[in-house]
Amino acid sequence: METIWFCLVALMIAAYVLLDGFDLGAGAIHLLVAKTDQERRLVLASIGPVWDGNEVWLIAAGGTLYFAFPALYASGFSGFYLPLTMVLWLLIVRGVSIEFRNHIRSAVWQPMWDFLFCASSALLAVFYGAALGNVVRGVPLDGSGYFFEPLWTNFRLGDNPGILDWYTVLVGVLALAALVMHGALWVRMKTLGALSERAARGAGSTWWLVALLSILVTWVSFHVQPNIEKNFSRWPWGVLFPLLAAAGMGAVKIYLARKDEWKAFLGSCAYLAGMLTSAVFGVYPMVLPARNPLYALTAENAKAGTYGLKIGLIWWFIGIALAVGYSTFVYRSFAGKVNLGGDAPSGSTREPL
Amino acid sequence: MGLALLLVYLKTKALRTGDEHYNRGARFWARIFGINFALGVVTGIPMEFQFGTNWAEFSKTAGGVIGQTLAMEGIFSFFLESSFLGLFLYGEKRLGRIGHWWAAFLVWLGSWMSGYLIVATDAWMQHPTGYTVGSRGEILLSSFWGLLLNKWAVWQYAHTMMGATQTGCFVMAAVGAFYLLTGRDEAYGRMFVKTGVLVGVTAACLQLFPTGDLQGKMVAKEQPVTLAAMEGLFETQQGAPLAILGQPDVPKMRLDNPLEVPQALSFLTYRKWNANVQGLQGFSKDLWPDRISLLYYSYHVMVGLGTIFIAVMLVAAFLLWHEKIYRSRWMLWLLMMCAPLPYIANTAGWMTAELGRQPWLIYGLMRTANGISPRVGAGNAWFTLIGFTGMYGVLAILWLFLIWREIEIGPEPRRLDAAGTPLVPEH
Repeated sequence: METIWFCLVALMIAAYVLLDGFDLGAGAIHLLVAKTDQERRLVLASIGPVWDGNEVWLIAAGGTLYFAFPALYASGFSGFYLPLTMVLWLLIVRGVSIEFRNHIRSAVWQPMWDFLFCASSALLAVFYGAALGNVVRGVPLDGSGYFFEPLWTNFRLGDNPGILDWYTVLVGVLALAALVMHGALWVRMKTLGALSERAARGAGSTWWLVALLSILVTWVSFHVQPNIEKNFSRWPWGVLFPLLAAAGMGAVKIYLARKDEWKAFLGSCAYLAGMLTSAVFGVYPMVLPARNPLYALTAENAKAGTYGLKIGLIWWFIGIALAVGYSTFVYRSFAGKVNLGGDAPSGSTREPL
Repeated sequence: MGLALLLVYLKTKALRTGDEHYNRGARFWARIFGINFALGVVTGIPMEFQFGTNWAEFSKTAGGVIGQTLAMEGIFSFFLESSFLGLFLYGEKRLGRIGHWWAAFLVWLGSWMSGYLIVATDAWMQHPTGYTVGSRGEILLSSFWGLLLNKWAVWQYAHTMMGATQTGCFVMAAVGAFYLLTGRDEAYGRMFVKTGVLVGVTAACLQLFPTGDLQGKMVAKEQPVTLAAMEGLFETQQGAPLAILGQPDVPKMRLDNPLEVPQALSFLTYRKWNANVQGLQGFSKDLWPDRISLLYYSYHVMVGLGTIFIAVMLVAAFLLWHEKIYRSRWMLWLLMMCAPLPYIANTAGWMTAELGRQPWLIYGLMRTANGISPRVGAGNAWFTLIGFTGMYGVLAILWLFLIWREIEIGPEPRRLDAAGTPLVPEH
């Protein structure tokens, strides 16, 4: 039962990273690829009708984590108190900048929101990566089941590491690069002309950085978290996950060159899904590894009561089937390239109704 | 949530009458809804995560139960609401008249369903049901329907939703009154006043009876010490009076300058003029709510405003029925000035519920002091509290500014500048 929920929560987090990932990435490159006000409106229009639905995956994954693994929710969220609060602040700034930018036309209003949108998106990508890095590395849990990590200590992987050390920073940079590529491929797919070309060039050059960093992070992760090696030798089929990531990267390269934008974007989705599932596979059955392996939180010791988990399975599948249905309907309604003016999908986030 | 209901009302009128004014009115309120929704989303996410960051021990103990309703809220309501809001705001032409009505309806359904699931979470903390306690002290779910159909949830939800509806109605009527008083957009002004008053008078009455009344009876039965503190009743007595005004003096155990209706509290609570009502002295002090004066005032502000709302709405409905309301400037002034009051009443109502539950985090099961995050120090909590306060302050200013701008731009199809940004019309 706990393994099922472990997989379902991982699935929801993956859905969040794939979906909100492209709008975060689009935000992170906003100022770089979109030069004119027109182009910036186009970038926003491409994510306008879907970004908050994407963010619901975060809320839903958080809620699911809460009820399936309450001890993890309590320990992890209070232990990552400061960075998590900062993530919440960044999410606030970002959401508001997307929604409020086009309300007023002024030489100070739009540039302010464009800057905030870009900066908060990029920082969120780094924070998410660092969070994943912390989970893989393990946190200073003790016998009470709690820990508290300061933002940084000495940037080394000791027994009392901070949120930021050389490893988590490295993962954070990889996350930023990967989401920049993902977002650039989205903008490439959803727009036309110079903007689309610039996004394609951005995705192409970031590809090298992502590939390089992925190899580096994979290599050091095996040293940082010994459990990864154990799992891959115990269940060799797990190698499918990193292979999925590698195949995704290959697809991005090939289809970007062939100008098959949709497949290139799918390749990037496969890459992100492969990297995430590899990490999750590597730490299983732990849900929160500890620096001292004795105190790790596992799916078994962090789970909720069996009755609740069983009942949850029933409504979870019904609810997610409905949610996937609505999301598909929305994406289909706003399919195709965006342009400004007229009815949606055109129109920036706040074109007149 | 109140505005979501009114949007469905306006879209229904548009479909039924074919009058394009209703569609334009709905678009105007949809723009305001969009601003509110964006702020609601970004300020709502922290609330879910704060269960983990700041109330870790509570989450660890009770997460298996209240996590159910919170997760269901995300999965059933937020996906529905956010998907169809996107379609409602940006897809009117694409969806057609009927499709657009459905989008409005589903946004309403999503938001009202999320209201139920979050109130059910709070209701479980007020009156826990459907649980057992495990070997390590953790609270386990034992009955899904016991949690979901908690009687406390049903009545608290109905009462909360009437508060939300009244807020939407008062704001809509106030904007309508503002247009009529300033002599602009009069067709819309009349539409907004009429809609606000018609729906508002119903909601105002339902707020008191049966929803408020039943909520009060539940508090009397399940949280009698809370009732005593809310009412400022220190002595246990038969035929207890209802305090309308007065200042509680907790150390001296009395209400100063009381303005009371004799025996009314006994009657309202037990439907008997001579019923015995327990005062605070009848309970051990460690069961008293921590902030008795604040609780007393919150409750009295809520009830006082609720009574004023009923009076204002009944008079407005009477004038509307006689078709005099659009010309009676004093009534329009009154409606306009009432706009902020439902926000205060709702806040006071929630303060009553949450202060009244103290010193319990889960009533009878877990003390608030035992629910906090053991490793989060006060210095860190202050850091985030100051950050949130500053950020929410800025958001409040932005909200007021943008809403005011939308009201100034008004419901008529808008004049746009070259880049498609609406201009404020000159009047």
